[in-house]
Amino acid sequence: MKVIHIHKTEWQGGLDKARSGYGLYGPVRQGQDDPVFRPLGPGEFPEMSFKNTKMSPKELVHPQSEPLFRYTLDPQAPDHDILKEVQKDASPKALLAVRPCDADAFLLVRRNFDTPVYKDPYWVTAYESFTKIGLACNQACSATAFCTSAGSGPFSDAGVDVLLVDTGDAYLAKVITEKGGQFLGACGFSAPAADGEARIASLREKAEATIASFVHTDKLREQATIELYDAPFWEDVSFACINCGTCTYSCPTCWCFDIQDETRGKQGVRMRNWDSCMYPLFTLHGSGHNPRGTKLHRVRQRFMHKLKYYVDKYQDGIQCVGCGRCIRLCPVNIDIRNVCNMMNGYTACACAAS
Amino acid sequence: MSAKIEAIRQIARRLLSEGKVDMVIGFRRGTLPMMNEPCFIRKAEEADRLVWDSHCGINLANYVTDRKERVAVVAKGCDSRNLVNHIIENKIKREKLVVIGVCCDGMLDKRLIASRSREEAGAEVDAVEDANGQVTVKAGALIWQAPREELLQDNCKRCRHRNPVLCDELVGEPVAEKTEDDYEDVKRIEAMSSDDKWAHFEEMLSTCIRCYACRNACPLCYCPTCFVDESRPQWVGKSQDPIDIRTFHFLRAYHCAGRCTDCGSCERACPVGIPVRQFTRKLNKDCEELYGWQAGLSLDQRPALDTYSPNDPNDFIR
Repeated sequence: MKVIHIHKTEWQGGLDKARSGYGLYGPVRQGQDDPVFRPLGPGEFPEMSFKNTKMSPKELVHPQSEPLFRYTLDPQAPDHDILKEVQKDASPKALLAVRPCDADAFLLVRRNFDTPVYKDPYWVTAYESFTKIGLACNQACSATAFCTSAGSGPFSDAGVDVLLVDTGDAYLAKVITEKGGQFLGACGFSAPAADGEARIASLREKAEATIASFVHTDKLREQATIELYDAPFWEDVSFACINCGTCTYSCPTCWCFDIQDETRGKQGVRMRNWDSCMYPLFTLHGSGHNPRGTKLHRVRQRFMHKLKYYVDKYQDGIQCVGCGRCIRLCPVNIDIRNVCNMMNGYTACACAAS
Repeated sequence: MSAKIEAIRQIARRLLSEGKVDMVIGFRRGTLPMMNEPCFIRKAEEADRLVWDSHCGINLANYVTDRKERVAVVAKGCDSRNLVNHIIENKIKREKLVVIGVCCDGMLDKRLIASRSREEAGAEVDAVEDANGQVTVKAGALIWQAPREELLQDNCKRCRHRNPVLCDELVGEPVAEKTEDDYEDVKRIEAMSSDDKWAHFEEMLSTCIRCYACRNACPLCYCPTCFVDESRPQWVGKSQDPIDIRTFHFLRAYHCAGRCTDCGSCERACPVGIPVRQFTRKLNKDCEELYGWQAGLSLDQRPALDTYSPNDPNDFIR
């Protein structure tokens, strides 16, 4: 695989060259807090020295609130009562300095929005408009990161088009896809890196060694769904939960949404908004019944979806990339690592009876 | 601190083994620095799970709402005031409740400690030690120290009721109480022009992700269906529309009028650090100025906004 050498002094000049062909998006720091992803204005450059962004970049592809259609209820208007599709921006964009876990998460989410049978036009259009320039993590972003045991890792190149590796005074840019090569070309970066692959491999090994937190997932598939569902630990796991949904909103792999019409005066919009299994309206039936009517049901749904239903359905690991955000942001310290290990190691038997 | 842990465990063990309660609600050690997790135990031999330190800022009164069992709950001053509220508002029966009151020294502000660690060490907090009035923080390669009074949550710095106002068991020695809250923070906002206030709140709420953690961490918010979750009819939109966000925050605050104990759970729970107490404290100040009322201090008095007297000095209500 091709590895390009980019001296850090060339980096911003290269991005400036790319601006004519790409809308640039990247992490921007506001004060002391972790940076957030947003479009970069003229003269703005992505933050390149950070652990990870506060929220994942999922909202760039799947916004928290996204207008799908607009309509007017004004009987005088010729197009009244007609839903008109909102044009989506399919122009080429570059997502700069996305961390490997978050890029990997797009691939997990893609399983829901882009299948051989169903293609969600909004998600797919946004997703395909981005060229993703990953930035490898030379060390663990946090003591809560468990990416290596969640199927990702600090140098994972799944889901990126280019993976940048910081070597101090330069970036080694590993070209993963043709799309990635085109972006580097637009930046004018083309100097081949000597020993690129070998240097990346050695940095990768060092980085992976700094990940200090792990989950066990090997037995999740063989666990019987009903036994896990009926396991006695859910009351204990869910007790502290306040059902705030911070875990699901901050999760790069949570994809649930809800559709709402909102009308103001005679103008209206049909939008989709992030939903969360933590909320009382989630899966509330028209009859008023909710199969997940209590906190215990909701918390169990979150973990069973990520760590069992998804595992069984797609047979490719857990629906989690180990970024650790839900652990760091949970107001009451519910820790997915503990729950995952509990589910993985569960044996129905005496425990269920006690 | 560890003397308090030992006392809490002994009490919990005794209450459970003597069959006085069905469960004890307290905190267990968290998996992150500065975090403990609310938990329950049902067996005397589980008592050793319970802990107590300066990171128990979540209000445990929130976990007894509508419980049918006989419950013992570990309660610092503010939690005990919310238990009083709960009893007055019929959310729990006094005779089914055993209050394990803890004399509180104030809780540490995890957000402040995290941000100071970033400034001083450029690192995450690895460990926090709190002894003899001094807090020692280990962050990456650096260790920094500060007097604990400086690092308390804002509500704890202002607190006038650190000792439990209602308890059946007492843990620790009663601490000296402050007598006044100068409401300097509220006055600063009151002094702003309408336009400045608008801009101030607009900016303050701009990062809200509408997770409702503030509402859900609050023991006062127990409506079977919150107005923002009502779907037939739907009162509030679901998007990130600033009008809906404001509506939520303002109405939430008004629902807490005359009931809020300034326990700080809402602010502590907010994942994006919005100082939502600015709303509730304004109403606390009004209640105190207009009615001489502080919530949750007595079982024998009806709250300011749920009582009527024919002798009311105000004309508008007669």
